[in-house]
Amino acid sequence: MTDAPANSFTQGPDERGHFADYGGRYVAETLMPLILEVERAYEAATRDPAFQAEFDDLLTHYVGRPSPLYFAERLTEHLGGAKIYFKRDEVNFTGAHKINNVVGQILLARRMGKTRIIAETGAGQHGVATATVAARFGLSCTVFMGAVDMARQRSNVHRMTLLGADIRPVHSGNATLKDAMNEALRHWVAEVDDTFYVIGTVAGPHPYPAMVRDFQSVIGREVREQILDREGRLPDSLVACIGGGSNAMGLFHPFLDEPTVRCRAVEAAGRGVDTGEHAASLTRGRPGVLHGNKTYLLQDADGQIIEPYSISAGLDYPGVGPEHAWLRDQGRVEYVHATDQAALDAFQLCARTEGILPALEPAHALAHVAEWAPTLPADHLMVMNLCGRGDKDMDTVVEALGLTAGEAKR
Amino acid sequence: MSARLTRRFEALARAGRAGLVTFVTAGDPDYETGLEIVRALPQAGADVIELGMPFTDPMADGPAIQEAGCRALDAGMTLARVLDLAAAFRAGDADTPVVLMGYINPILAMGLETFTARAAAAGVDGLIVVDMPPEEDAPLRRAASAQGLHLIRLATPTTDDDRLVRVLDGASGFLYYVSVAGVTGSKSAAGADIDAAVARLRRQTDLPIAVGFGIRTAEQAGAVARSADAAVVGSAIVNVVKAHLGRPDLVDAVSRFVADLSAGVRAARKEHS
Repeated sequence: MTDAPANSFTQGPDERGHFADYGGRYVAETLMPLILEVERAYEAATRDPAFQAEFDDLLTHYVGRPSPLYFAERLTEHLGGAKIYFKRDEVNFTGAHKINNVVGQILLARRMGKTRIIAETGAGQHGVATATVAARFGLSCTVFMGAVDMARQRSNVHRMTLLGADIRPVHSGNATLKDAMNEALRHWVAEVDDTFYVIGTVAGPHPYPAMVRDFQSVIGREVREQILDREGRLPDSLVACIGGGSNAMGLFHPFLDEPTVRCRAVEAAGRGVDTGEHAASLTRGRPGVLHGNKTYLLQDADGQIIEPYSISAGLDYPGVGPEHAWLRDQGRVEYVHATDQAALDAFQLCARTEGILPALEPAHALAHVAEWAPTLPADHLMVMNLCGRGDKDMDTVVEALGLTAGEAKR
Repeated sequence: MSARLTRRFEALARAGRAGLVTFVTAGDPDYETGLEIVRALPQAGADVIELGMPFTDPMADGPAIQEAGCRALDAGMTLARVLDLAAAFRAGDADTPVVLMGYINPILAMGLETFTARAAAAGVDGLIVVDMPPEEDAPLRRAASAQGLHLIRLATPTTDDDRLVRVLDGASGFLYYVSVAGVTGSKSAAGADIDAAVARLRRQTDLPIAVGFGIRTAEQAGAVARSADAAVVGSAIVNVVKAHLGRPDLVDAVSRFVADLSAGVRAARKEHS
């Protein structure tokens, strides 16, 4: 790829895994042969109709796809602007979009003859999905999770344990998602023979960003069909939250070459992007290298990684997928942000208007919808990816809102 | 290219022995103590000094070197201070080669050209950048080469013969053989496996071969020194630093340990021949 403005936004990455200067394979030599093997195996799988058929079959009968495209009528009335649809990926089996990618990668691991699965997890949704599909295929599963995240997502820790996964608490750094990924990579280096690393987002060394995007693009492909069916035309805008960026990429990618479709991804602004306590790597970061890829990172002047902060464990990451870094520079996707407080407000708004408790991650997307939709005309079609359900966040939300049992906040 | 590394390995070959490469994290536990430690290493028997550049997210390092990096960063170390420390060492030692080892992000933050120019000016001889495989390191290689710095490549047990050709193309200084698939400070490789690996590498390169990862004792260093051109010890030295934190005998303890390792390396081929 060149630095010139792209004619197409869907052709990347190049054969070395680069989206212009982003992406790549910045890993220790011990991992390189393995990364190259994953790439060869994935390329072969994409050419094998049997692989695609098995993937589709599991998404239909195990995951429950397609997920509904739902007209959020009361929210639309309440906000008084754009017509808002939710892509209901929170009704997937295991409660989030994460399982789409996990099914694909575990099928790939099986093709490669790997018997052990490892994964990192932040909010626990990717860990639960991985433990689930690993159990389904009788594979041993080890999940690395920051100790802080284990405390704030206890129900997901219990779920993984019941699914037979071995959970390794990670205490280094801030003991959150970044540190879990460091530890998973370290473990993988030592267990290269029988182990497959299921990365949960569109980051990491090539081919992961492209592979995870491809598996998640089922979201956007379904939206395209469903909205054409419902409305007879493409949406005017797409909105998704973004930490590493897998649900956003999955929604956006099939629309990137449709110039009339605006795409907005919402980063976690934590206590505010000017407070130093946020996870908005595209808003406040600079390009650098972490976890095997070059992308926007929260880092200090010396190139040391800054610990991110967000109320949402799934967005609490100092980097972002390299394709997003490229789309930002190209101006094809707009990257905005929402604070903890805005996400909590949106969480309650969604609960009261639609009867849906969203995860705190898509609550960030909702916060932006609540801000943007009222400024748009009624014939503007907006699709937001409701990529996870909020059950896992009950403790966090109840505590943040200062609620006690039986008490409703006015 | 910096001649110090080449001269040192030639001298070792003439002396009929392998070298001892000692790794410490620059500025662990703080700049002043770190500099004292590094200054004491040649006297204790180190033939080449590897200076770790602290990074918040060292994905190829085990707990010992992770913690050393945290101690150094907490004490205010930066990449610029690492170069200051290297320069301060070089001012008192014209001969012992210094190789910087670390990760690419702090280097990118300083800028490849700025970093390599300042490293060369500080008397650094080579670079090992763990997360820069041959597929990605061309810009760094150009910048290093322009300043006469060796860019040292790594080979591992997972590097097959086809890939080894790629690793060796553009390799310079010495070849660093990572003897176990794992992070630093992990379990040790079997002596016979190392001998076989070194023999395989020698068939494809004339570069000196240094073997590291998992070498903790003088005996293990000696076993490696029978076939390799150098044994690299890192985590075990860093553990000595950790065990003596806040104690007046910290530098002495490191020196004694390095002297012990050096004796093991120096005795290896005599025993063998």
